[in-house]
Amino acid sequence: MTPFKIIGRPVRRFDALSKAVGATIFADDFKMPGMLHGKVLRSPYPSARIVRIDPRRARALPGVVCVLTAADIGYAKMVADIPGQTGQRERPRSETPVLAWDRVRYKGEAVALVAAETEETAEKALELIEVEYEPLPGVFDPLEAMKPGAPVVFEPDNIVARWRICKGDIEAGLAAADRIIENTYRVPFVEHAYIEPESGVAWVDERGVINIRVSTQVMEHFRTVARTIGVPQNRVRIQGAFIGGGFGGKEDIIVEVFLALLAMHTRRPVRLVYTREESILAHSKRHPYIMRYRTGVKLNGRITALQAELIADSGAYPYLSPYVSLYSTVMASGPYRIDNVWVDAVAVATNNPFTSAFRGFGGPQSCFAYERQMDEIARALGMDPLEVRRVNYLRTGDTTATGQVIRSAVLLEESARQALEALGERTPDRGPIKVGRGFASYFQSYGRLMWLHDTSQAWVGLELDGTVVIRCGAPDPGGGQLSSLCQIASEVLGVPMENIVAYTPDTALTPLAGTTTATRQLYMSGNAVLQAATAIRKTLLDRASKYFEEDPEDLDLADGRVFVKRDPDRSMPLADLARICAAEGLPLAHLALFKAPFRDPIDPETGQGDVFPDFTFGTFAVEVAVDTETGQVEVLKSVACHDVGRAINPAAVIGQIQGGSHQGLGYALMENLVVENGEIRTPSLSEYLIPTAVDYPTTQVILLESGTGMGPFGAKGIGEPALTPVAPAVANAVTDAIGVPINELPITPERVLRALGKL
Amino acid sequence: METKLITLNINGRTHQVALKPNVTLLRALRDLGYTDVKNGCEKGDCGACAVLLNGRAVNSCLVLAWQADGAEIITAAGLGTIGRPHPIQEALADSGGIQCGFCIPGIVIAVKALLDRNPHPAEEEIREAISGNLCRCTGYGLIVEGIKGITESAGSKESANL
Repeated sequence: MTPFKIIGRPVRRFDALSKAVGATIFADDFKMPGMLHGKVLRSPYPSARIVRIDPRRARALPGVVCVLTAADIGYAKMVADIPGQTGQRERPRSETPVLAWDRVRYKGEAVALVAAETEETAEKALELIEVEYEPLPGVFDPLEAMKPGAPVVFEPDNIVARWRICKGDIEAGLAAADRIIENTYRVPFVEHAYIEPESGVAWVDERGVINIRVSTQVMEHFRTVARTIGVPQNRVRIQGAFIGGGFGGKEDIIVEVFLALLAMHTRRPVRLVYTREESILAHSKRHPYIMRYRTGVKLNGRITALQAELIADSGAYPYLSPYVSLYSTVMASGPYRIDNVWVDAVAVATNNPFTSAFRGFGGPQSCFAYERQMDEIARALGMDPLEVRRVNYLRTGDTTATGQVIRSAVLLEESARQALEALGERTPDRGPIKVGRGFASYFQSYGRLMWLHDTSQAWVGLELDGTVVIRCGAPDPGGGQLSSLCQIASEVLGVPMENIVAYTPDTALTPLAGTTTATRQLYMSGNAVLQAATAIRKTLLDRASKYFEEDPEDLDLADGRVFVKRDPDRSMPLADLARICAAEGLPLAHLALFKAPFRDPIDPETGQGDVFPDFTFGTFAVEVAVDTETGQVEVLKSVACHDVGRAINPAAVIGQIQGGSHQGLGYALMENLVVENGEIRTPSLSEYLIPTAVDYPTTQVILLESGTGMGPFGAKGIGEPALTPVAPAVANAVTDAIGVPINELPITPERVLRALGKL
Repeated sequence: METKLITLNINGRTHQVALKPNVTLLRALRDLGYTDVKNGCEKGDCGACAVLLNGRAVNSCLVLAWQADGAEIITAAGLGTIGRPHPIQEALADSGGIQCGFCIPGIVIAVKALLDRNPHPAEEEIREAISGNLCRCTGYGLIVEGIKGITESAGSKESANL
């Protein structure tokens, strides 16, 4: 029996019904009186020198209120380093021009801003801005970009970041191996394709504060906005709307600085909403990687050494590429005990679309390589893929490749067994239709890099009628972050969910809670709410203990009442207790600050050190049917089994896992942002296809709850992990079906036929 | 371009608006404050802007406002409110199939159109009916389960209410 009242129950999220009836006011739904419409002029070239910008004709167009070029904003640059961090020095070379002035480095780079009375006029004004470009040679392939003499995207060279992990003795480990398995894996650019394009409205209020109501995963961007446009940090306020999907694509600053500049220069409210095409052109992408792996194994399957080289295309500006590359490096050896590891990683600048955060943050790319590699080891040794993994899986107390000791439960074998068992009877082949099965296990961090000194704050208050307010600056991109905070407060304070309100984040009203990224919000803000609610609970029970003349431990809170546990008829409505406390000046509100564990950065030479607070573990298993005549891959059945630590709201967890699985299936089979010479050839959702309701069957979800996570009630994080193992599992299944390795995504019919030698 | 005065009957309210011929129904609806009609792509790929036009589900970005002159238009907000949600909306909220929710008003419309012509659809028919509505969060599983729940429980109720 569960010891919880509401934790673990699949409650309806408080935001669900308002979304179903269309009452939720998203960023694009918000209007201000006298509002102007903003537009962005973008470079048509992936690499060019700007010879001349002349905005005079645009400025003269009736209805145009403001045209801004780099010259008008002091050639402002934006520091696009890790957003929302609290404790860190800045990484060098992380600056990005807000508007380009001397050269453009990718197609779609912003060159000028317009604000006009109507959208139509703003669009016309864009056409009237004269920009003379002199196209320059570009570089569009990271391997080319690393060669001497390649065009340099930004000085001094195209190396955006390098990371290395050395653990043990790689040469000795390889020498001790009976077999060495070598493969190269490739994954493409991927588009986030959230259904809500980037949008927001900004205005300057009566205090002179720039307000920006926007769809963002990062409230703390107000600091970057302030610094970029040259105003104090307390003069920028960000109001976070419910986000129409993010997946990391709304982690970097997108429209915020543009909006702030236009509002500041016009002193009128300005709205800026991207079209779908502009969204795809202007925001980050998932990194394409080339991953070369060498793994030494004994004949019994035990890995003696793993050497990996990871090359990521950073695109035209660094953004979060150094950190994505770091994540890939740290997770490159997978959830396995390997004494000798050597990983070299590099992120390389090109004139391609810039790449940055996307669900998994480099973890899924590595997972594709290390899990395909495990199956190739199994094939080479003639072993069962589960057996090869079983003899190498990490266990609690083992160390990762960076020397970090795993403290929480590691239910890898359990997850693999359950996922495979749930696939059931194997579907037989039918003529040219070959059926295959594959799975992939993974580890994926939750919580930020420990040297970012991450914190979250939450304010919880009990009102005099027994209802509860939560103020916590946690953006909610759809994972149910805010609803889960209510559920946690409900559990601790015994107040029904319907009597709890959690505000959407607003830097003026909700304490800063950090980013909704890195699968950190339930872990961090969940703990902050737990702390705050627990403090109020203590006040309430201490006061009630005097009233009932019982020890506080003998009292409990439930259904909006305080009561004596062994005699529940002796009880009092929480409202009455709240009024007693208030009359005596006892605090009924509490602001809590939760701190993740803090560590120093890893050793730059060896990559050794503690990196993340903890990891989530699990397995995805899939059965596919491959038509060997057409190359078409059909997903027959899939199962995701993850140790989520504790499912606070199982409906939300299952939804996250099914959604992550679907995104992963798209990554495996369908999604490919085609970029040729810096030009996106899949510029809209007509060309860039994402899964629909008829493409794949629903993934069966099996939840394991070890209760050992660092989140509230032992929860781990599941947002990113849900996606991580999917694509390699599919590739393993297709390889199993056709007997030929598939080492590149997406697994299109063309790629399958080529693997079969039919193209 | 010349404007023309047209009549849009939206969720039981009548609006007379002067619009140019190139204004889409999506733009007209949002400008009139019907922000439950979402703009996800403006070219018929995502389905977020779906409305009922004389009972048929259409992507309002692919209809010109002039073409809807005099027609009856129902949006998701016209089917139900927080106080009185439509059974489809209630079922979706209960299903756990709403995450970011940006696609949901369009899905509500697609399901309404489906159930109007087929009160007891099979799962494949439900999936087909919402296949023009892109959702990036859920993988569609809980959405489909939620809709199956209504059609199953509707067996004893008056399906005309759906």
